[in-house]
Amino acid sequence: MLSLPIVTELDWSSVRERLASAGGPTYWKSLEELADTAEFRAMVGREFPAAASEWDNALSRRRFLTLMGASIGLAGLAGCGRQPLEHIYPYVRAPEGLIPGKPLFFATALSLGGVGTGVLVESHMGRPTKIEGNPDHPGSLGSTDTFTQASILSLYDPDRSQVVARAGEIDTWETFVGSIRSEIDALRSRQGRGLHILTETITSPSLAAQLTAVLAALPEAVWHQYQPINRDNERAGLRLAFGADVQPVYQFDRAEVIVSLDGDFLECGAGSVRYQRDFASRRRVRQDRQQMSRFYAVESTPTTTGASADHRLPLRAGEIVQFARTLAARLGLAPAGFALPAASRSSQATSASTSFDPGSVALHAAWLDAVVDDLRAHRGAAIVVAGAHQPPEVHALAHLINASLAAPDATVRYIEPLEASATDQLASLRDLATALEADEVDVLLVLGANPAYASPADLKLADRLKRARQSVHYSYYNDETSALCSWHVPATHELESWGDVRGFDGTITIQQPLIAPLFAGRTAHELLSALFDDAPRSTYDIVRDYWRNARDEDDFERFWQTTVHNGVMADSALAARSVTPVAAAQLPDTLWRTEPSGAGADTLELIIRADTTVWDGRFANNGWLQELPKPLWKLTWDNAALVSPATAERLKLSNEQLVELGRGDQVVAAPVWIVPGHADESITVLLGYGRTRAGHVGNHAGYNAYLLQQSDAPSISSGLTLKKTSETRRLAVTHTHFSMEGRDLVRSGTLAEYREDPHSPAHHGHEEHEHASLYPPFANPGYAWGMAIDVNTCTGCSACVVACQAENNSPVVGKEQVLQYREMHWLRIDRYYSGDLDNPDVMHQPMLCQHCEQAPCEVVCPVAATTHSKEGINEMTYNRCVGTRYCSNNCPYKVRRFNFFNFHPDVTPLTDMIYNPDVTVRSRGVMEKCTFCIQRINEARIDTEVRSMNTGQQHKIVDGDVVTACQAACPSQAIIFGNINDPNSRVSKEKAEPTNYGVLTELNTHPRVTYLAQVRNPNSALAAAEEAHRSGRVVPQNQYLP
Amino acid sequence: MDDHHQSAETHEPWARPDDRAPVVEPGHTFASVTDQISSIVLTRGVQRGWLIGFGISFAITMLLLYAITMTVAVGVGLWGINVPVGWGFAIINFVWWIGIGHAGTLISAVLLLLHQDWRTSINRFAEAMTLFAVACAGIFPLLHLGRPWIFYWLFPYPNTMSIWPQFRSPLIWDVFAVSTYGTVSLLFWYVGLIPDLATLRDRAHSSIGRYVYGFMAMGWRGSAAHWHRYHVAYTLLAGLATPLVVSVHTVVGLDFASSIVPGWHSTIFPPYFVAGAIYSGFAMVMTLAIPLRWAYKLEDFITMRHLDNMAKIILATGLIVFYGYLMEAFFGWYSANQYERYLTLNRALGHYRVQYWALMFCNAAVPQLLWFGAVRRSVWALFVIAIVVNVGMWLERYVIVITSLHRDYLPSSWGYYAGTRWDWAIYIGTLGLFLALLFLFIRLLPMISIFEMRELVVHKEGELRAADLEE
Repeated sequence: MLSLPIVTELDWSSVRERLASAGGPTYWKSLEELADTAEFRAMVGREFPAAASEWDNALSRRRFLTLMGASIGLAGLAGCGRQPLEHIYPYVRAPEGLIPGKPLFFATALSLGGVGTGVLVESHMGRPTKIEGNPDHPGSLGSTDTFTQASILSLYDPDRSQVVARAGEIDTWETFVGSIRSEIDALRSRQGRGLHILTETITSPSLAAQLTAVLAALPEAVWHQYQPINRDNERAGLRLAFGADVQPVYQFDRAEVIVSLDGDFLECGAGSVRYQRDFASRRRVRQDRQQMSRFYAVESTPTTTGASADHRLPLRAGEIVQFARTLAARLGLAPAGFALPAASRSSQATSASTSFDPGSVALHAAWLDAVVDDLRAHRGAAIVVAGAHQPPEVHALAHLINASLAAPDATVRYIEPLEASATDQLASLRDLATALEADEVDVLLVLGANPAYASPADLKLADRLKRARQSVHYSYYNDETSALCSWHVPATHELESWGDVRGFDGTITIQQPLIAPLFAGRTAHELLSALFDDAPRSTYDIVRDYWRNARDEDDFERFWQTTVHNGVMADSALAARSVTPVAAAQLPDTLWRTEPSGAGADTLELIIRADTTVWDGRFANNGWLQELPKPLWKLTWDNAALVSPATAERLKLSNEQLVELGRGDQVVAAPVWIVPGHADESITVLLGYGRTRAGHVGNHAGYNAYLLQQSDAPSISSGLTLKKTSETRRLAVTHTHFSMEGRDLVRSGTLAEYREDPHSPAHHGHEEHEHASLYPPFANPGYAWGMAIDVNTCTGCSACVVACQAENNSPVVGKEQVLQYREMHWLRIDRYYSGDLDNPDVMHQPMLCQHCEQAPCEVVCPVAATTHSKEGINEMTYNRCVGTRYCSNNCPYKVRRFNFFNFHPDVTPLTDMIYNPDVTVRSRGVMEKCTFCIQRINEARIDTEVRSMNTGQQHKIVDGDVVTACQAACPSQAIIFGNINDPNSRVSKEKAEPTNYGVLTELNTHPRVTYLAQVRNPNSALAAAEEAHRSGRVVPQNQYLP
Repeated sequence: MDDHHQSAETHEPWARPDDRAPVVEPGHTFASVTDQISSIVLTRGVQRGWLIGFGISFAITMLLLYAITMTVAVGVGLWGINVPVGWGFAIINFVWWIGIGHAGTLISAVLLLLHQDWRTSINRFAEAMTLFAVACAGIFPLLHLGRPWIFYWLFPYPNTMSIWPQFRSPLIWDVFAVSTYGTVSLLFWYVGLIPDLATLRDRAHSSIGRYVYGFMAMGWRGSAAHWHRYHVAYTLLAGLATPLVVSVHTVVGLDFASSIVPGWHSTIFPPYFVAGAIYSGFAMVMTLAIPLRWAYKLEDFITMRHLDNMAKIILATGLIVFYGYLMEAFFGWYSANQYERYLTLNRALGHYRVQYWALMFCNAAVPQLLWFGAVRRSVWALFVIAIVVNVGMWLERYVIVITSLHRDYLPSSWGYYAGTRWDWAIYIGTLGLFLALLFLFIRLLPMISIFEMRELVVHKEGELRAADLEE
């Protein structure tokens, strides 16, 4: 029943026709729905066939048990490892400051791709449970991203590697050290020839020093570095532009005009958390600050960054270099010989795809005009950003433009690379492959990387790894590479170990352990020391001694304590370097040479990118991230082949249809997902899926896009072949089936309209009625809690969703349950499209319990399990709930979540360590929903009352004492929570803004959560051109679309 | 006995059933009535047809038991419900079964008070049907709870939690309405049975039969004082049951109407639900009566007059229900409320349009055939129409519950619903339970009120025969 070959194409003409027949902005959510095709209905039928797979529901339930991030089978093994002893031994002498039941916070840092984000880790009686940003760390300023939030789940992952293994058999650390040390000693006579070390990007100064020492002792040994998402292109581009090895640090808080050339600076890469904060600071429109930056995004794959732009232009990834060239030339950067393409020619070059049409020519010309004018007008306040996957030329051009606009003094800082040893990582990996092929590798140490899975397919590392005489894989999971190596050594989690790491601007954090290693994990420091030092040292000693030598401090002990305590090393950020652009004449020819027109333009383009939730695959076994909907296409548990509507129309593809993508000799079957706004004639595949040894959660989810990766063009290439099949793969999408139906849910306007009438974005055409109610209003004499969410600065990054899940013990339910609309997120981010099918406007709206003052859920509960608190919170009493679900039916916001099964089955000593002890774990048959983090409110209340008692004065909870989990995580500070009885609280001020509005207030619900309307700052000239372009293709739409 | 049939056959075909068709075929005496009805229980023994019918329905009841066990053990997640659609088959079936029960109460109580003597031959099994339907209905609200083992929290009982139920919730009204209804229906049915139980006691051959029927007859001796008290009690109970005909389904209607879900939030629901209930109830009585009168040769007692009258009631209530549909659609437009308007269009044109138009066919189009006398006189046509109406009323509840919930206010959380195998197992299982109970009832109790039929014979024949006096 599931594999019915019902694959037919969408009726594209009808889609466009429907879009064509209504005035004003119209909202829609999915293409099939728009088309209202029989296939759409069939697809729906397939998703929920009358006889759904419920017979084997016991089975699917069992499946979600395994997915719980806590597989039961392995939990037994937990007994073999060392369990932390904190909760069975009482503290005979309590550590200073430890009050049982009160959490302590420790500063440390968590890294992704070598870049650290400073965090504060909440620890309950020695058990880390929740991660918050470190307000002192420049890369965080108190906020976090999804990966940081979710890494706590990986700490307690029962699938993580727990023992040293030799050829798959359990062995001891001592045997391992003895065996490999003797191997290495045998190489010493050869100066280490035959020893190869592969690491990921290393920014840790102490670890780098160890490696340097190894290489000094064994000069013939080779250190390779590789991680799939690296900065090879940026590094090469900056070397082209400045002749120096530098790294940019952007200051979006100073930028008036931002141009992104496929640069996804808000969503991924070093500093994205900080960049979101800075970017938002210039996008927040208030009565006292009626100004905004303007953001132009040229994009291939739609990202949340592009969705935040005032103007967005979809271009094939391979055409962006030509756009950059033309832009640079128009800004006068081209050498004398460079012929500036005429407007039409440039447009032709930039849209040499089959979707080329005369309308695009005018549009592209208008785009260039607008961008050039705006950039020129904002010298010293402009930034051009290039995407990490774009070729070096784009980076070079972007930074040449930056330099020409006086950005280095104002908006872009160039610093030394964060890496201890900046390398061309792909070349480095290729060297390793060559060495392996030549049988030159006697001992291979792989520290952290997973080359057998995460490397270009043509390097055939999975095969070649076996040619190393002895190989050691040191990693957190016993993964694909471990299976091919002679030894596997389990790694510690960053929360279990000492260490040091650089933030996006170079700031050092000394990482401190929150808990003793749960299993037999070792740090990389320890491993290197055991293998190469005469007397092995502990990680603590290694890191500490390094900094004792590196920093010439008078009072090292004090320095050390302060640094560890603060999570930030004072004055450790890398200083700005002055850069000099290479003269135009000296720039390599390739920078300006236009490729022969149409090279590769008639073939499908392949874009390979990291996934927004599982990244390069390292988070594949993290249930929170697997179940986190991708911000734009809301897919969970899978990756898809992303394709634009026009290309899908041309190729007659439909959602969930399996296609065989081929590049070189590799063929991969991937399900199609049509993403409005994607560049035409281009297909994006996302890394991180199709793993075979990720663990119970991540195995066999999605397809492996690395198989399509070739080392000659690892991210963007042409010549992709696509073969349709008649099969489909069901994709668990949390909400795409629907359109906004002209309802005023997300309201928006432009800055110009706002300046004219600040009420217009939120209230144009809306009369707010005050309706009578049968029930008297609740009085909130003390505190009245409320929330305001700025949908203008919300990028949809979803850090709040994971933060909420971590704080509130929300379960992971698995793909089968998501397919049945049973995901358990208390906070979700609604995403609506409006306008053009090929380049829609995107709106995000975080949706959580609105804590209605006249809550429809409360009156229908037969047992008074959901009631109103005297502070205006809509409370759930789980113990009282009998599970009629009437409250959920009657909730117009559909934010209530129901435990259809016991979603927390078989809690083991390991897995129950993740739970926040301040929040009830809900059982089967009980309704649950957002509580406004009532445990945090109560904690603040208790603190205040204790203080009142101690001082004899009446203290009150002040603004900022209570920060909800979502608010704390939000990198763009779009969520503000507080007491609305206090007119001076931040939330009261936000709610007083003219853009403030409530969703569905016409139902008389009086929501306590309100939204600040979206305000965009379009360039009026360009907006007109875009409108003309749009009206040339798409026309009004039908009101009712079933 | 043969004489009666002879006379029935020679009876003139009637043109206008109201005037001419009898509620009991002529020629019956006290003895013949008693013989014929009590023989089903006492003398005919277990027959093959009964055994097969009971066996099948009992097997289906076991399926119900299995599905219930799984649901309680594993969770309502086995069902198709999800977050936009929090209620599914359980509520649909609950409303459907409760509605079916209504005809029994209407026939026995309201028609009694209105002295509609034609009710006599169908009231007993209609009441039994009510009782069994309420039993089937009662399973669902219990089972659909996330935590069914604490269902009693819905009752206002003294407890250590010091908490009452939440009286603003229509679900609490429902608890009262349905439990009252169940209790009164049971009492009414039982009280009505007492004189017949005494008859069975007197005529039973086995000692067990005499003992059991005797116990249940509560010492009935048929004295004038007994009859007097009996009539007072029966009339009082009829008076009590009468408002329940209206109140129960009104409250069920309010379960929906007092919410804010577009498609539920509608003032027309209470009356339209009551009409729908009577409509479906009579259809079910008809569905049962037609095979019964054939299988047990009761054509003399359940005559064409009965079928004709029931068909007219089905037609009348069907028209009220149809009016309800029209008004719903009209107010979808007239309210000028975008959510209502969308809902109305979505019902007719959306994902569940097949169900909607099937409902219209079953409940609006097909019953119009009952305008024709020829149709009302065709047993086969009536049987088919009754089945169609039953299906239609199930679809009506499906459309109300599912289409309203699956797309309400925020398009981001819209979803779809389909019953799973477990949903179907429980639904079909209750049909099995209903039939199994009905088979037991037919076998063990007189399905037609013997003494009331005797009274009817007195009235109709207008004279007593000597043979009857002996009886």
